[in-house]
Amino acid sequence: MAAEADSPRAPFGRRACEVADSRESGGYRIFTLIDAEGPAPAAGQFYMLAAAPDWAGEGGRPYLPRAISYARVTENPKGGVRLDFLIDEVGPGTSRLARMKQGDECFVAGPFGNRFSLPRQLNEGAAGAILVGGGIGIAPMAVLRRELVNRGIPSRSLLGFRDQAHSGGVDELFGCEETRLAFEDGSYGHKGFVTDLLLQLLEGDDSGSAAIYSCGPPAMLEAVRRICADRGLPVELALESPMACGYGACFGCAVPKAEGGYMRLCVDGPVVRGDQIATAMAGEPAVG
Amino acid sequence: MAEGTADTSDLSTDLCGIELAGPVLNGSGTFDAIAARRVFGDEVVSGFPFDCYVSKTITMNPRPGNAPYRLWETPSGMINSIGLPGPGLDGFLERDLVQLAEFDVPLIVSVMADRVEDFEILVNRVAEREEVAGIELNVSCPNVHSGLIVGEQPSETEALMKALRPLTAKPLIVKLTPNVANPHEVAMAAESGGADSVSMINTVKAAAIDPVSTRTWLGAGAGGLSGPAVRPIALAQVRSVASAVSVPVIGMGGITDAESALEFILAGARVIAVGTENFRDPRAGALVSEGLPAALARRGFASLAEAQSVTLD
Repeated sequence: MAAEADSPRAPFGRRACEVADSRESGGYRIFTLIDAEGPAPAAGQFYMLAAAPDWAGEGGRPYLPRAISYARVTENPKGGVRLDFLIDEVGPGTSRLARMKQGDECFVAGPFGNRFSLPRQLNEGAAGAILVGGGIGIAPMAVLRRELVNRGIPSRSLLGFRDQAHSGGVDELFGCEETRLAFEDGSYGHKGFVTDLLLQLLEGDDSGSAAIYSCGPPAMLEAVRRICADRGLPVELALESPMACGYGACFGCAVPKAEGGYMRLCVDGPVVRGDQIATAMAGEPAVG
Repeated sequence: MAEGTADTSDLSTDLCGIELAGPVLNGSGTFDAIAARRVFGDEVVSGFPFDCYVSKTITMNPRPGNAPYRLWETPSGMINSIGLPGPGLDGFLERDLVQLAEFDVPLIVSVMADRVEDFEILVNRVAEREEVAGIELNVSCPNVHSGLIVGEQPSETEALMKALRPLTAKPLIVKLTPNVANPHEVAMAAESGGADSVSMINTVKAAAIDPVSTRTWLGAGAGGLSGPAVRPIALAQVRSVASAVSVPVIGMGGITDAESALEFILAGARVIAVGTENFRDPRAGALVSEGLPAALARRGFASLAEAQSVTLD
């Protein structure tokens, strides 16, 4: 499994965190939680989130907390950390989270899961990193990019979106020169898939110098996984899966392993090497 | 014993001879204590959220579990189709049991098999381990010989109990399925076969249809419903069973807090188990325990024992 030893440990139990801010970002929303008790998370980790009021309210949904990767962490002046989350409203849970206002409370458990390896850990000869993000999957890529910048490791970011209504966070979370965009509808940047950009980049690159990281929808991740497998390139993927608990209790987040059987994505991931899994397509998060 | 309880802050009780510091268990398969310790650290040991730990169901051989998808959220609940992934009997005894013994609460091991011969091996080998306080029999599985789900048939349940009863003096608990018209008949058969306790309810048979692909959503085609959505069903069945048998009932089904736990005690459960709520809050069991003294006092009970002895009209 990807590096886990230095992943920060979650406090036992869920805690109520204050919503410091919620704002539109393109077609997405970014909200900020003040986690006064939690540790600083590591790139790749995720949280289980549930708005404190009106969760399992009218209609009984959303009921389960939602597994969401954080998009940015900063120090909170009064202790703990401030966490940004990037949200696309795709179901009752994400819609409820998107409706939270400043001053509301949100139940938080985590940070859970493992972290991304550094490029040299993933690929001994790596001179830098290529980050491939799709949709809200750009969030963990933004976290990783920031960490690489802090460590002085060069990276290039390739970000793909369906259309303008399903995009956001780029300026706020990336906003750098080394970012290339693809829109499936051609409304901006490259017209097509972000994997087109990855293929272009790999053609012009010394493939041996690339450590590749990716997060996005299952079909995109599977395409990235195959591109890398075909070229013998090491890649780490941050996967998503329907998940009830986040800490190994529910056994819901099964991802098929390359050697057969299943891993629990919450405790054995969410970051996996491309060659650890049989497919990235198993975990369409249809609970929204 | 509970009769000595002087106030609502003393929650100590017993379950067929197993002394418990309180009445809160976990439902089998809803809290992986080993994984939780790996995630949260030793706080899971020092602040273990249950008074008694029930393991996930152990089978003879290792099982990978069902193909994804395994979960579906429903109004006030969820459907699961996990498929009992696990290390098998040998793996459990060699690795998991040693780690589970480090949690300072009595341990009940859940076992399942599809033939009585395998049930006998499971019970024999689990019961001989001193770390184990009791065994729960998961009977929601077809008998390969008869093709019938054991827990849906009073005769099958009684026959299984009669085969297993002579094997151990440790408490044997039968986990009852709610997917029968008259659960008290199965409970009475379990008691007649020598069961020391019954636990209920297991999940309610349920299906989910994917609105996009118009196929069934779960990998196994269907699964079991749990969470507050099933609580009224569970309460009715606990009440029916508790009035029909004299062995203690472990009540569960959508318990989220001390108030809903107390509803099960009043329905006739001696102790209760928290299941799906553990997914929403890893400390859910501890919050139930912490809330119970006040919940008992609010309803005018002087002690847990008094609430346990209530007979509803």
